[in-house]
Amino acid sequence: MVIGQITDGIVLDHITAGRGMEIYRTLGLGSLGCTVAMINNAESTKMGRKDIIKIGKIIDLDFTVLGYIDPGITVNVIRDGKLVKRDHLTLPERLINVLKCKNPRCITSSEQELDQVFRLADTQTRTYRCVYCDSKAK
Amino acid sequence: MRSLTDIKELTVGEIDGLIETALDIIANPKKYEQRCDHKKMATLFYEPSTRTRLSFESAMIELGGNAIGFSSADASSAAKGESVADTIKTVACFADIIAIRHPKEGAAHVAAINSPVPVINAGDGGHNHPTQTLTDLLTIKREKGGFENLTVGICGDLKFGRTVHSLISALSRYGGIKYVLISPEELCVPEYVKDETLIPGGIPFEEVRDLEKAMPELDILYMTRVQKERFFNEADYLRLKDTYILTPDKLKEAKPDLCIMHPLPRVNEISVAIDSDSRACYFRQVQNGKFIRMALIMKLLGV
Ligand SMILES: [Zn+2]
Repeated sequence: MVIGQITDGIVLDHITAGRGMEIYRTLGLGSLGCTVAMINNAESTKMGRKDIIKIGKIIDLDFTVLGYIDPGITVNVIRDGKLVKRDHLTLPERLINVLKCKNPRCITSSEQELDQVFRLADTQTRTYRCVYCDSKAK
Repeated sequence: MRSLTDIKELTVGEIDGLIETALDIIANPKKYEQRCDHKKMATLFYEPSTRTRLSFESAMIELGGNAIGFSSADASSAAKGESVADTIKTVACFADIIAIRHPKEGAAHVAAINSPVPVINAGDGGHNHPTQTLTDLLTIKREKGGFENLTVGICGDLKFGRTVHSLISALSRYGGIKYVLISPEELCVPEYVKDETLIPGGIPFEEVRDLEKAMPELDILYMTRVQKERFFNEADYLRLKDTYILTPDKLKEAKPDLCIMHPLPRVNEISVAIDSDSRACYFRQVQNGKFIRMALIMKLLGV
């Protein structure tokens, strides 16, 4: 199956099958005002099944959030019909204002102007911990 | 700028260095009495802890420095709603080093990242209290001569007791340690201590309910207080607080060189009849707290 070629835009490839909609929502792709194509359950030689999102405009993407949701994603930037940039995402070391600490005893619960900062504590289990109180992100 | 908010920030080498300095302070106090001339320490205590505050202040004074600060949140600008970050930036204009105690977990980290001068965490809620751990290590060093091949019994509130978690984490970096964890089921060591320290380190430990049965094999018995403020309901507290009380008859089977420790203050978990026993180390432990804090202040100030 071929979905319209993009002249200028971004293709998010190798999205874990089923996560496409979460990414669509988190990145607010519905309010961009350009063509956005969501392909669910595409065949992939590497992954069996995958989701793909094609965005008909070059936008600034938050790689940190994207890497946190799905570190296997490949980001392809297309300009004048040519692939000009390809980035492979990884789990970010730090997440700033992405997660919120739920520990009622944490300093962030009483001082709300503090940034919510989480650090990657374990890559294998994808565990993030609050830098203030060390609580696990849930 | 180097601060200390978590004992894990120190390498084993650095901890050994602090202990060496503390031992030298004990042996040659004269040598150190002007090290912090004209320097000021601010002790910012958002919750009262007289013992810890006095220990920091007397440590600074014995180094020739001075101490300023407050001893409860209502005496501070926090009562007017000032953030920790703003208080720290202000206090750093007056002080060369800051010791902070705060009921919220992570408050010391907020202080450290906002401070142009070194910050020492003097306890942030149930989270970290690194100078207590250093105090415990110095005590074990002085009482036992070292950290190798010890069977360490830890008794009481092992769930909420922060001193217990950081002691386990720090002591586990030395060889030949075995733990006997003595507590009611409701207050046993949290999973993360096992998952992150004991199991990956291959450190032998057993979890038992009976203090007396565990006694004969122990080289160290670390008693803890069942802290009322960590409980959400009064009934649970009342039911569990008297479970593990150390009395002279429970010591009958103990080793003659057992070292009995307690972070203090105690409620009733060690009977006062034990205070005169030479194995009771807890008041010597308080004294060690001042010496190790002196060593730490010098290290952080680079004097
Ligand atoms: Zn937190």
